[in-house]
Amino acid sequence: MAKSIDVSDLNIYYGDFLAVENVNMTVTARSVTALIGPSGCGKSTFLRTLNRMHEVIPGARVQGKVLVDGQSLYDPQVDPVEVRRMVGMVFQRPNPFPTMSIYENVLAGLRLNNKRLSKSDADTVVERSLQGANLWNEVKERLNKPGMSLSGGQQQRLCIARAIAVEPQVLLMDEPCSALDPISTSAVEDLIHELKEQYTIVIVTHNMQQAARVSEDTAFFNLSAAGKPGRLVEMNPTKKIFSVPDEEATEAYISGRFG
Amino acid sequence: MTDLDTAPHTAVALRGGHLPRYAPAIAGIVAIAAGALIGITVHWNLAGIAILAALLYIVGLTIWSRLVENARRATDRLVTALVWVALSLAFIPLFSLLYETVSKGAGAINGKFLTWTMRNVIDAPGGIYHAIVGTLLITLAATVIAVPVGLLSAIYLVEYGGPSRLARWIRFLVDVMTGIPSIVAGLFAYALFSLIIGPGTQFGIGGGVALSLLMIPIVVRSTEEMLKLVPHDLREASYALGVPKWKTIVKVVLPTAMAGIITGVTLAIARVIGETAPLLIICGSTDSLNTNLFHGQMASLPVFIYTSYTQAGANPEILQNMAWGAALVLIVIVMVLNILARVAGRFFAPKTGH
Amino acid sequence: MSNVQTKTGSPKRRLGDLVFANLTLAAGVLILIALAGVAIFLTVEGAPALGAGSSDLSGHSNFLTYVAPLVFGTLLAAFIALLIALPLSLGVALAVSHFAPRRVAVLIGYVVDLLAAVPSVVYGLWGILVLGPRLIPVYAWLSTHASWIPFFGGTPSNTGRTILTASIVLAIMIIPIITAITREIFSQTPRLNEEAALALGATRWEMVRLAVLPYGRSGIVSAAMLGLGRALGETMAVALVLSASGVVTFHLISSTNPSTIAANIALTFADASGVQRNALIASGLVLFLITFIVHFSARAIVARSEPGSK
Repeated sequence: MAKSIDVSDLNIYYGDFLAVENVNMTVTARSVTALIGPSGCGKSTFLRTLNRMHEVIPGARVQGKVLVDGQSLYDPQVDPVEVRRMVGMVFQRPNPFPTMSIYENVLAGLRLNNKRLSKSDADTVVERSLQGANLWNEVKERLNKPGMSLSGGQQQRLCIARAIAVEPQVLLMDEPCSALDPISTSAVEDLIHELKEQYTIVIVTHNMQQAARVSEDTAFFNLSAAGKPGRLVEMNPTKKIFSVPDEEATEAYISGRFG
Repeated sequence: MTDLDTAPHTAVALRGGHLPRYAPAIAGIVAIAAGALIGITVHWNLAGIAILAALLYIVGLTIWSRLVENARRATDRLVTALVWVALSLAFIPLFSLLYETVSKGAGAINGKFLTWTMRNVIDAPGGIYHAIVGTLLITLAATVIAVPVGLLSAIYLVEYGGPSRLARWIRFLVDVMTGIPSIVAGLFAYALFSLIIGPGTQFGIGGGVALSLLMIPIVVRSTEEMLKLVPHDLREASYALGVPKWKTIVKVVLPTAMAGIITGVTLAIARVIGETAPLLIICGSTDSLNTNLFHGQMASLPVFIYTSYTQAGANPEILQNMAWGAALVLIVIVMVLNILARVAGRFFAPKTGH
Repeated sequence: MSNVQTKTGSPKRRLGDLVFANLTLAAGVLILIALAGVAIFLTVEGAPALGAGSSDLSGHSNFLTYVAPLVFGTLLAAFIALLIALPLSLGVALAVSHFAPRRVAVLIGYVVDLLAAVPSVVYGLWGILVLGPRLIPVYAWLSTHASWIPFFGGTPSNTGRTILTASIVLAIMIIPIITAITREIFSQTPRLNEEAALALGATRWEMVRLAVLPYGRSGIVSAAMLGLGRALGETMAVALVLSASGVVTFHLISSTNPSTIAANIALTFADASGVQRNALIASGLVLFLITFIVHFSARAIVARSEPGSK
């Protein structure tokens, strides 16, 4: 059920400002692809074009093609709402819905999309999603407690459970561990390892060790100067990027000489 | 901190004298005693004595400080004293008003007062049931009109309008609306229905329209503030689950802001439920119970209070007492609404658990 | 299992978005229409008054001479109210923001809310039955000893129902409005400015004068304007308290007093008929314009001084 992603000649604009320039990339199905690069290089912006979340910001638009398993996301007939059901997303800061319980949070995607679920089906989805997010054992006794009552790391795993409950093909993660403590971070990283059995995962991270730990492929984004558009410098298997990258800029960034 | 405060000041006070910390209290007691003494000897009433004592306090404390401390400290003491005197002056009327209303109104309130109308009651205490029902119906009508309009407008301003020209205009005109005098709202409703239905139309729903005009800006402003407080993260989380925008607003944004919105609406109701002027014009007044918002004059508590004083008849005492009773009932209703607003805010607030 | 349907953006869902977005837009536009409606309907219903004769304008030959004394009374009452309310409000606001201990400040805040919650008709009742009678001896004393001050000239009122009494009641009613805005601004004074003043050895008053008041100046002005706007349009307190004869005079404690637009409407509307009502509606339009200008200026002052407009 996981899908590969093909990006070709993608330009991303905010109004007239070209934010990311000419990206060509292929993301393999059932693997983890990490996006790294200095702040402001457009890696998060690029990530958000993979499920058309960037359109939430007024004035944002793209040129070029994004194909998920051969289907173009930017075809005029495509409903961005449907795209987001197929390509799930986890955000930098955990954001469970404060008015909902843990149980309701997991079901939010289905319930808000009018899916009628019998009680037993709902229970199954909740248990499977929370199991999938490695959270079931911690919360199974208190599913009716508010989602906000969990710790930060648990909240983030709840958000992952919420995202996989709608059974997307692809999971996008925008610095999912940057607001978490080391123990929670390692729990989420373990989870990413397990999730790639079923999902195609694209993760933005600032932490290069994390990229090295969790990903198969790594893409390095950079911008030549402030105010210039960001671009994809190099994409290669993670092992290669962290040992013998093709580009000098990648080498410099990874060895900490700038960024 | 406390150590420093209680430590002997000799080390800190480098030069010059200091008044003790309880100096204002001493000055206050002395001023009140002196004021009372002088006031009683020349037969002044309580208000006169209070004013004299306040003056003595301000002048005395300042001069004392000027003698012992220095000019700057004396000015500081003077201003501090002035602030407290201003505070007391501002609050005296309120306490007097509450005292008079409770003491005069409580006597009027009994079972008959709350369950009878004034129909065929002449020169005898009657009841205000018709006015209570009228007030509730008219306010309900205003709420039914104002809440959907206000809520949806606020959603437009926050979720759709953004920085557009139309949204800026609406925001500006909502500001203007907060300044509409209530009697102008009444005249508007009167003029509107005079043109639609016929000259001189007076009925309950007109009052609802007039009051809703006063409520809408309050509802819009408070809802707008509350919607802005909902973190953008939550909207994104919902969009990312493939939820359409309108459903995100209805199912995620509104529930999150619900506590604040309910508080705002309740406070708006409390604000307009005591309005008199518009109802005087568009609803008129009657001595009988009228539960039909769409036909005939309708009584309300504020108008009842007003007419009880202005059209007191042969025995003004009777109706004046009823006016105080009605005022007490009205104040209690407003207070209850204010308390409800706070409680509702807490009750509907998103729970963080623990 | 999720069979993908990306190609078919379900039209039903888009309909929901379309309907909801337009519904909110319609509500917003309705506010514009309502406000335009206020101006239009008052103009339409007020227009016949422009051609009215003295029989319908309580003896005045045209609408201008009819409304002018009322405008005078409205402005006079509101300005006196502001004169009384502003220093008291600033005192209360400073007490809350800088002078009172925190717990007392919270308590004062509740009392101010209480002050704002009392309906205007109750203030009116209190003004005429409680405050007015208490002021009779004061007015008598002022008239005997201070009548050389023009404001205290004329025959002193023996009911207490003067423009000064009405203004005092108005002042009490606008104190919560002015206080609410100014205390908000005072408590937003940058801590750094306050500490800078204190570090220079300033006393508390000097700190307030150096840091708090300059910071809040435009806020004070706009709060005063909003209070003025409220006092201009306030009806019931004046209608109940004032014993008006519609004269133009600066005598504040005499038995003949100017009336205000709002009070005049409330007092005479029920018994008016035909063109008389049109004249009252037209005077309401004049009141609307006056309050509009005052509010507009207040907002303009706030908008101009709002920080972060770069």
